[in-house]
Amino acid sequence: MFPFEYDRPTQQEKVIDALSHSNRTKILAGGTNLVDLMKNGVEQPERLVDINRLDLTTIAQLDDGGVRLGALAHNSDTANHPLIRERYPLLSQAILSGASPQLRNMATNGGNLLQRTRCYYFTDSGFPQCNKRLPGSGCGAIEGFNRIHAILGGSSQCVATHPSDMCVALAALDATVRVQSSKGVRTIEFPNFHRLPGDTPRLDTNLEPDELILSIDLPPSRFASHSHYLKIRDRASYAFALVSVAAALEMDDEKIRTARIALGGVAHKPWRATEVEKELVGRRAERTLFELAARLAVRDARPLNHNMFKVELVPHAIVRALSLAGGVA
Amino acid sequence: MGSNRRQGEAQGERLMADQRRELNRRDFVKTAGAITGAAVIGVPAASEAKNSSPHRVSMNIRINGKPHSLVVDARLTLLDLLRETVGLTGTKKGCDHGQCGACTVLVNGRRINSCLSLALSNDGHTITTIEGLAEGDQLHPLQSAFIECDGFQCGYCTPGQICSAVGMLREAAVERAELTDDEIRERMSGNICRCGAYPGIVEAIQTVYHQSQGNDIPASGRD
Repeated sequence: MFPFEYDRPTQQEKVIDALSHSNRTKILAGGTNLVDLMKNGVEQPERLVDINRLDLTTIAQLDDGGVRLGALAHNSDTANHPLIRERYPLLSQAILSGASPQLRNMATNGGNLLQRTRCYYFTDSGFPQCNKRLPGSGCGAIEGFNRIHAILGGSSQCVATHPSDMCVALAALDATVRVQSSKGVRTIEFPNFHRLPGDTPRLDTNLEPDELILSIDLPPSRFASHSHYLKIRDRASYAFALVSVAAALEMDDEKIRTARIALGGVAHKPWRATEVEKELVGRRAERTLFELAARLAVRDARPLNHNMFKVELVPHAIVRALSLAGGVA
Repeated sequence: MGSNRRQGEAQGERLMADQRRELNRRDFVKTAGAITGAAVIGVPAASEAKNSSPHRVSMNIRINGKPHSLVVDARLTLLDLLRETVGLTGTKKGCDHGQCGACTVLVNGRRINSCLSLALSNDGHTITTIEGLAEGDQLHPLQSAFIECDGFQCGYCTPGQICSAVGMLREAAVERAELTDDEIRERMSGNICRCGAYPGIVEAIQTVYHQSQGNDIPASGRD
């Protein structure tokens, strides 16, 4: 690991000050991803600002009936919090399907949003090509082994996928991210938080360099009784998703009033299947509708040599997740 | 070539036999560890020395009931602090990337992967390792159960398995979760056993879970 300066301030202002003075300053929270990448030489910060002494661990109800998740609340505490289990079971399911219990005890909510892709051409610095790690070097995955890679929203420069389960649920739940910089506090809608790779795959998010995540805010719960997180992976536990689906329905008797479908494992960001959602609204929740609508999710898919199976897997996974969410046999 | 190799092997065996007379295995492993540890922790390799000299920071930590005041390289992980700085080699280094669980310890009573936690992030924290679970000669119930149920073969993953199980039983008690065999397997999925002792591990945990229904599992008398 390369040497770095280490600091553990107790005030937010000190953290933002450190971020605005050098673009090689990194924030350390749970460390589960950053410390790993520093061992591999993928991340080489000059300075680490350990924020674990900031007071950002609270999970509490908001005045509008929503819930605020502190950026430093641990993933395990979030998944098991009574407010989350009762009102946002989709989020609990998604978090508990990710990583291992030890990692969830360390990992924070803010850090979960900022974790990097598990594309092996990115995480193994022995590979000479990766536009995310070494801008301009090319992409090893497009012509290489690309079974775990994106089928939607990729570019000629990068086909990495976002690895988070939690973020897929947050995308379906219309979450917002509250961030602070020297200019003040702003709120980012979840679909605008992560980026598609385009010509700048080195950037995963739209956070400014001097912005610190304070919290993730959830609007009042509408989907608690009709939601399901389905994760499909190579082994029964402790593996990243090949494909995952967060399905959330708001029902009006047997008709669907509102639908949210977000996909993991298919794109550089949690992918909202908005065309599928639109197709479902106002219709009776039944399997034939789900099968028809789910196909729309992969209409623009551009599979690679080794991940064509995802084009078939995604609609099947959507149908199953919707059936479980809607209580349709 | 072949006979050279055989000669070399024979020589190597004689050397090993000499060493065995000089040192017992544990001391030998500790000495070798201290030497490689110094190379890794104390002095950065030439290729790594591009930024600056290592940043050293002071910290306090309580391990198995004993307070330590240390000045450490900012790059030191909690795992290397335990093994190399403090000399508690019960906690094992497996993958060193948070994938195998061999390095699992309890921090303030919660199980974590010590290989992915910087030592300095644990300033002021209370750590329990496998060495801190027994009360003198009285083994922790999970230690006894692992022996009773054949919960290991080579033993390398065992300290991590047992510390993880202590944390898991506490978590399940707080959540009031019912622990079926499948539930135990899911909750222990962060600890890999390449010998495949999983049936014994599940049985050991079930034994202690049933013994302790309604009671808190003691983490340690010394944390």
